[in-house]
Parts: sequence; C-alpha cells; structure tokens
Amino acid sequence: MSTGAGSEHAAPLPRYEPPVTRRGFLGGALGAAGGLAALGAALSPLKDLDRSDLTLERFLQRHYKDLSPGEMEQALERIRADVAARYGVTPHLCDVKPLDGVEFVYALDLGRCIGCRRCVHACVAENNQSRDPQIEYIRVLEMPRGSVDVERGDHYYDRAKVPDRDHYYMPVQCHQCANPPCVKVCPIEATWQEPDGVIVIDYDWCIGCRYCEAACPYWARRFNFAEPELPADQVNQDMGYLSNRPRRKGVMEKCHFCLHRTRAGRLPACVEVCPVGARKFGNVLDPESEVAQILKTKHVYVLKQEVGTLPRFFYYLDEGYHGSAGGGG
Amino acid sequence: MRDYLYFLWRCFRISFSGGWQYRLWMLILTVVALLGLNAYCKQLVHGMATTGMTDQVSWGLYIANFTFLVGMAAAAVMLVIPVYVYRNRDLHDLVVFGELFAVAAIVMCLLFVNVDLGRPDRFMHIFWRFNFPISMLTWDVVALGGYLVLNLHICGYLIYCSYRQQKPSRAFYIPFVFIAIVWAISIHTVTAFLYVGLGGRPFWNSAIIAPRFLASAFAAGPAFIILTLQVIGRATGYRISDQALSLLRGIVTVALSINMFLLLCELFTEFYSDSAHMASTIYLYFGLHGHSALVPWIWTAAAMNSLALLVLYTPYRQKRAVLNATCVLLIIGIWIEKGMGLIVPAFIPSPLGEIVEYQPTSNEILVCLGIWAAGLLLYTVFVRVSVPVLSGQCTADQVRRRGAERAAEAA
Repeated sequence: MSTGAGSEHAAPLPRYEPPVTRRGFLGGALGAAGGLAALGAALSPLKDLDRSDLTLERFLQRHYKDLSPGEMEQALERIRADVAARYGVTPHLCDVKPLDGVEFVYALDLGRCIGCRRCVHACVAENNQSRDPQIEYIRVLEMPRGSVDVERGDHYYDRAKVPDRDHYYMPVQCHQCANPPCVKVCPIEATWQEPDGVIVIDYDWCIGCRYCEAACPYWARRFNFAEPELPADQVNQDMGYLSNRPRRKGVMEKCHFCLHRTRAGRLPACVEVCPVGARKFGNVLDPESEVAQILKTKHVYVLKQEVGTLPRFFYYLDEGYHGSAGGGG
Repeated sequence: MRDYLYFLWRCFRISFSGGWQYRLWMLILTVVALLGLNAYCKQLVHGMATTGMTDQVSWGLYIANFTFLVGMAAAAVMLVIPVYVYRNRDLHDLVVFGELFAVAAIVMCLLFVNVDLGRPDRFMHIFWRFNFPISMLTWDVVALGGYLVLNLHICGYLIYCSYRQQKPSRAFYIPFVFIAIVWAISIHTVTAFLYVGLGGRPFWNSAIIAPRFLASAFAAGPAFIILTLQVIGRATGYRISDQALSLLRGIVTVALSINMFLLLCELFTEFYSDSAHMASTIYLYFGLHGHSALVPWIWTAAAMNSLALLVLYTPYRQKRAVLNATCVLLIIGIWIEKGMGLIVPAFIPSPLGEIVEYQPTSNEILVCLGIWAAGLLLYTVFVRVSVPVLSGQCTADQVRRRGAERAAEAA
C-alpha cells in the first residue's frame, strides 16, 4: 500500500476534493434536481402498474405448508374476494387434501389416441388457463409411424380430419415424476410432491425464476409471461388452492392431475372428455384399479426413461384393440 | 465511526468531481442506466412478455450476461494469486482495482438475476424457505453473496487503512484473501453446476462445462483488467507497470489456450459419437431444419477467439495497441460463446423436439445495457475514489490538520 508521500511535511496539505463554493453548490443543486427529474421520468411507466396483487396482505402471505388452518381460511377468503372482484363470480374454492393410501397414476393408450385435442381444450376450460397469451398444459405430437423421435413430431398439425393414416398421436403433459427435477431445483420450495404423487405449485410463493422450466425433461411447465386473460363467463368456479384457481403474471403453472376433482373422487377433465378411451387414470395402490391392471398386463413405457425421473405417466399399446388408429410406434 | 462517515462523505464528494472527460463518461453511463431502468419498469408493468423469452426458450440474455459476469468477477483472483501466493509485490496496489471490479461485477450479476424474476417482489421468500443444499440456485446465492462480502471487506479495509495512513493489519485481511481465492473458483463452478445438473438438457449435462467456464473466465477477466488498468493509468496518472500487463497477458494466453482445447474436446465428443444428444450443438454451429439464428454468432466468436489466440503467440503481442485489440476481440468472443452460445442452444430444440428460436427484444437489450452502465458507473466511482486514497492524495491527516488549524485560528 502506498503511504502518503506528503504526510511527513509540515506544510499544510491541500484537501484533495474541490472546496465548496457558491457556484459549485448551485451547480450541484441543479445537477441533483436534473438527476431526480430524470429518475422520475425513468420510473414513470410504474404508474400503470397493477397494484391489486401487491397488497401488504399478499406480501406477508406465508408458504402453503406454513399456513395454520385459520390462516388458510383467511387466504381462501381473500382469494374468493379477489376472484369476485376480477371476474364477478364467487368461486367454490377449497384446499383439497390428498387422500390416504392413494397414489395417482396415468396411462395413455397410444393405439387409441386419435389426436383430436379435445383433452387440450377441456384442460384449458377446467383449469382456468390464460386464453391470451394462450397457455395449454397438454401438447399433442403428431408422430410419423415408425418413429419414436420427438424431434420428428409435429406440434402444430392442422388437419380437417384426424387421425391421419400415416401418423400416430402422442399427447404429453406433466408426468408427475416420483423423482422430479423441477422440485429439486426450485430455490424456495415453491413446488413440491404431495403424498398422492401430484407435483403442485404454490402460486403465491413462486418467484418466477423459471429454473424448474429449464429442468423439466418433458416441457410440462408453463410461465405466465403476461397477465393471464380469462373471460369472466368462462371461469370454472370449482377451484382448488393448489390447482386451478386463477394465476397472476410472473408465476409458473402446469398440470396437477385436476386434483380438485380427483381428490374428490372424480376423473381429470382430459380423461372424462376423451372420446376413444385412450386416457386412463386411477389409484395405483389399489390393485383392482384399471391403471394397476394396465401396468401389470400391458406393454407400458415411459418417456425418456434414461433421465431417471420415474414418471407416473405411462404410455402403452393395447395389442388387443384394433380401433380407428391401429397400432403405432 | 464519525471519521468513517466523514470518509464516506469525502468519497461521495470526490466521485462527483473530475475533468470533463470524466463528467461526460459519467453522464453517458447515467443516461444509459436510466434508460435501462425505464425499460425494466415497462417489464414490471407488462410482464416478461416484453422480453424475447418463451416457454420454449425460457432463459435468454439476462442469464447469459449473468453467467459471463460471474466469470468476470471470479477472474479478479488472477491478480490476487500472484500477489499473495507468489508474493509478487509489484502488483500489490493493482489487486484492489481487480477486486473492486469483482464487486461491481457481482452487483451486476445480482441485478441480472433480479430482472430475470417474474416476481421480484417475492425475493424475500429465499429467507423463509431456502431449498439448501438441494437447489443449485441456493448455492449460487450463497456463493455470490459471500464473494461480494469478502471482496467488499478486503478492498474497503485496504482503502480505509490507506486513508488513515495505517499499515493494514495482516490478520484482518490476509485470511480473507485466501478464502476469497478459493471462493472465486467456487462461484464460477457453482454457476456451471446450475446448468450441468439438469439431466433433461443434454447440451448442458456435461462435466466439461465447469472447467470451460473457469478457463474462459480467466481469459476474459484478465483481458478486461488489462484494458481497465491502461484507462486508469491514462486518466489518473496512476503508474501501471509493464510487468503487470505482461503477467496478465501470460494468464490470458494460457487460459485462452486451455479454453480452446476444452472446446475442441467437447466438439469432438459431440460430433464423433453422433449421439441423439447433439441436436443443440448442430443447431448452434450449423442450424437445424432451416433454423440458424445463432450460426453467424458462434462462428464470429470462434473466429475472434482463434485470431486472439494466434496473435497472443506472436511477437506482436508486445505492442500495446495489438494487445488491446486482442483483448477486445477475445472479450467479445467469449461473451458470445458463453452467453448466447451456451445458454440459448440448450433450449433448442425443446425437450419435446420443437424448434423455437430466441430473438431478444429491444426492451430486453435496453435493460441489459442499463445494468452494464450501472455496473461500470459503480466501478468508475470506485476507481475515482480509490486512486487518490491509495496514492496518498486524500488522507485522514488532512482533516485532522485542518481541524488543528481552525482551532489555532480560533485561539
């Protein structure tokens, strides 16, 4: 470190910084005023900021797992009021808990799927997804027969009539992995695996870093890049805290096996709507369930087994079935 | 305590005084930083839709710049190691400039992470539920935060000691210097692990990424310091020895050579094995199914880095002008290679085979420029203040003497 060369001399040292003069002071004041004005101008877009989501109550809202029953009731009340204010309907909103002895599993018969995308639309309607920008949890790939390479799949096929003879159809949605990379990477535990196997997101906790979106090998997660637009007359009023209540911009969302329905004994919207019965859903811990039977008796496979995510979403081909699509793959 | 506050006040005053070039430079940086702030406010209001990012390419320029700057921050140790490990005293004062740059770079990193968040208002959530040690992002928060504190302490302590004209007590900073050396390597390694740990992204899922990160950082960082030291020398008359520059040049040469070697290893593995995992690499270098937005960029980077490496092995490297041009070339080359070339292609094609290209928007670019301007502004102020203090032109003694004079006049 250099030591001050002049410190040994007796002569008075000049101060390094310029002295305060009247002119300098005025100039400084003018500069400061100009700087503040420029800062104000730079910040001016903030006057259009939607503050309805920035209340103190929301700011202090705790993580789902830290909420006491009383606090959960308050949170539900607040969300009901929010929905009422934004969409003019009072929703039937509750926090449905997982059932004991239940682990949900999905099975999809590629031989039956005709690529009609009714599941996609039913899902959007059920789960209050944004219509603009469009958010869909299910992506159906039109695959050339003889290939299992997703890079050869067409995401945007548009045919007057499906299925096409030379293709088969592979719908993909969240695989609810038993070893989920998305949960592992989340820095703030905003997404986790429930006891019944469903991976959920606390929309009030997510900071929107999109690390989970980068981690997912199935491209199952969606981010709200803009404020979701949901027409008031299309709101599904049957809502769950961890599932389909309306989201705000800046947070992640994805398929949650319609847990507000499935935990109440109903089927997911995509299963219910499927016209050919390609989609099967149920409790794998119940040996009598259809999915348990399929896993036991059919040739099932999972997508990208090599990444070690252990999906709860199985594809299979029903050899005994000769429907409109026939066997593919 | 009063002395320290007065020291800060004097630093504040000094940072506003300077020649016209200094004022102009500061004015330009301020204007660009404010433009960036303005663009960011628009992003806050309208959401991340103001960026070019999509569900397919969910990270872009922000994370690219973040990655590059973590490397720049880590590279400050390349000045520290010769001084403290090899006791090269000539570089002693220059270390402070390197570490101050590390501080500015980390601040830029934090800003880049923050603008990438969809809900920055919830940033506090990391204090309530911190997914440590499972999430690599939490490791990164710890690593970057720790590195910032370490460097602030070391620089702040050395500068304040110089101001007080005291000999710095070794116990107060030498242990921290050695911790900072290890820490610097760790910040960039942890940042690499952020990507490497994702099994679903074959482009990143390779052990060579972390060493490549370090090699490219230790080339670009010292190259940047070579340029800055000359600017500091020009603007302040602070003596920058040729020896310092040639040492840094040596580091750049070795690091860039290693970086090129690792890159070749990576490319060989990808292309020769011909695995299905190479789609992203093909997209980056040759384009995929008619999509080739990154191709011109990556070849420009490859050309710049190769040319820089070539020049560094010829005698022309001795010439300041040639050296400076080489440094500029390789900084830009590495920025492209590591930013656009390493972040974006991992998302193309998407895990479901979809090819969606990434095109940053002007708003997004403005935010990036604003953060760079803010970082350079911070660094300029650091240097502006530390030069007179380190060279003994601005000391606590002056204040004491003035006080004594006033007391004598009053009596």
